[in-house]
Amino acid sequence: MSKELIRLANCTMAFDDEVVLDNINLYINDKEFLTLLGPSGCGKTTTLRIIGGFQTPTSGDIFFDGVRINAVPPHKRAINTVFQKYALFPHLNVYENIAFGLRIPKTDEKGKKVKLPEEEIHQRVMEMLEVVNLKGFDKRHITQLSGGQQQRVAIARALVNKPKVLLLDEPLGALDLKLRKDMQNELKRIQKAMEITFIYVTHDQEEALAMSDTVVVMDAGKIQQIGTPEDIYNEPKNAFVADFIGESNIIDGIMRADGVVEIFNRRFRCLDGGFEKDEPVDVVIRPEDVDIVPEDQGQLKGTVTNVTFKGMQYDIIVDFYGFKWLIQTTDLSPVGSRIGIKIDPDGIHVMKKSHYSGMFGDYSSYSEEYEEISDASFDPDEDQEGGDEE
Amino acid sequence: MKKNHRIGSRLFMGLVFLFLYAPILLLIIFSFNAGNSSVVWKGFSFRWYAELFQNRIIMSSVYTTLLVSLLATIIATVAGTFAAIGFFTMDRRLRRPLMVVNDIPMMNADIVTGVSLCLFFVAAFAGWNGFVTWMENSYRLTAPRLYLGFGTLLLAHISFNIPYVILNVTPKLRQMDKNLIDAAQDLGCTWMQAFWKVVVPEIKPGIISGALIAFTMSIDDFVISYFTAGSATSTLAMTIYGMTKKRVSPEINAISTLLFAAVLALLIIVNVREARQEKALAKKK
Repeated sequence: MSKELIRLANCTMAFDDEVVLDNINLYINDKEFLTLLGPSGCGKTTTLRIIGGFQTPTSGDIFFDGVRINAVPPHKRAINTVFQKYALFPHLNVYENIAFGLRIPKTDEKGKKVKLPEEEIHQRVMEMLEVVNLKGFDKRHITQLSGGQQQRVAIARALVNKPKVLLLDEPLGALDLKLRKDMQNELKRIQKAMEITFIYVTHDQEEALAMSDTVVVMDAGKIQQIGTPEDIYNEPKNAFVADFIGESNIIDGIMRADGVVEIFNRRFRCLDGGFEKDEPVDVVIRPEDVDIVPEDQGQLKGTVTNVTFKGMQYDIIVDFYGFKWLIQTTDLSPVGSRIGIKIDPDGIHVMKKSHYSGMFGDYSSYSEEYEEISDASFDPDEDQEGGDEE
Repeated sequence: MKKNHRIGSRLFMGLVFLFLYAPILLLIIFSFNAGNSSVVWKGFSFRWYAELFQNRIIMSSVYTTLLVSLLATIIATVAGTFAAIGFFTMDRRLRRPLMVVNDIPMMNADIVTGVSLCLFFVAAFAGWNGFVTWMENSYRLTAPRLYLGFGTLLLAHISFNIPYVILNVTPKLRQMDKNLIDAAQDLGCTWMQAFWKVVVPEIKPGIISGALIAFTMSIDDFVISYFTAGSATSTLAMTIYGMTKKRVSPEINAISTLLFAAVLALLIIVNVREARQEKALAKKK
């Protein structure tokens, strides 16, 4: 499981003077489901294109199975890609699209061109159609398929070549929510069944948490954090990661001692340590880790300023001494009411200060931020970092 | 009032079409005239068509026209397609001015293109022929001297056809999903294989329309051919022009009718193809 397959060593990518990737170091294990997660323009698509061989890093090396492959063109890499918007061949039907890679003559050890026999091509295409649940669609024209079906053809077309690694570039971005959820499960199932490495690019943190073995959070061409979905969610390294993954209240604090952090001049017990005495820190408190209690019993006291019904819970915005928090609760506290809150030690996560400090985690402008997060009509085109002009 | 207005506008339309097409209609009618005159109708006959095919000069110029059009179309289509792909992969800052340069020959007056090509060939050949003479006198080495003829005619046709091919291929390249080339390479193609297996099928409609338009332009060109063909080579249009200088024979009516029919047929094919493609595109959306 944990054999290293791909390694990016000190990879930097620059278009003209614009640095898109800044000294990326990353290794990817065999049969791993790894997600590159970040906002548009963070460098995740460029990283994927370097692995696929469509771009060569300005400096740094990329290794595949221990061999340096900087100069190996895409068609000689044991890697296949599912492209944004699929890039299916419109002049071919479903069968011929999937068979495309198999029909290219391969060079064997003796340097001779070998063509696959037609029966083998037929058998493998039919197998693939079954894997992606498209049995009976082989004669269909690409333009006759729905978005979800085209998606499946794109996956089949890549997987039929039996790659060691499958790259997926925002493959679910163009699908509606319900279909997206189905395809997430489907992709996870296919990855398990075929036993290959998936490298998945997305800006959707929910998708990343739900599917991945490892999540790589990127911003501004740098890796911010690498970890399991649980690590990333529970132990974010800085304010950017805390804000990008899920909802977070990020408050300035001072570390008074190991296990003691001071927020709003009140001391809280926490589980973090290893900071210097009186070091300024960022404190993350997830909205679901806050307990609402009567005002006189609270560690902090505040006024409810906004309530949104979310089905499973209420999202309420509470003003604590001028700083607005998001709290998720199943009990309704009406707007204007005074409440107190309690936070358990394991609900407090302390982070070192970074250049992201102070940029995130305040819910003063709640409504706008909420819309931004739930924006389903995100245009993946915006993620064509550098290079392409159109 | 309104009705009068409509009748008036229809009458006007009718007159416009009459002025536009009456001469051609007259020409077609008299190409079937049995008599020698282009004015007096003496009954229906294919006589002039029959004589046409006996006329060696006309037949040889038909052959020249078809050969030069076909060769020019093939060469211009290949060159124009690759040029369009070259433009397409260029930086926008470079592509814009180049596309403008590409448009100029199409809008430029034929006479200017013809005269300038003629001057260019004559100047270049004068230099070359002078060099050959000098070689012969000094080193007793010889090489063929060059003059205006079929070669220069072909070069001229290729050069004025290329912009039309580029103009037809470029929009197809733009409509193509750029990721298709990446996808083909990802699936094991070299760049060249990707080009043949994916790019060419995608832009094929544009290549064919470009070729058809180039062929039409070549067939009916007179001015540019006139200046670049020299004295020994003659295209059909040039032969017809030469015939009108002597005596207007009804043969001219017959050959002009055939030329008109050929160009009309080509234009119909181009237009039907375009209409079909637009329909297919609308269906896709």
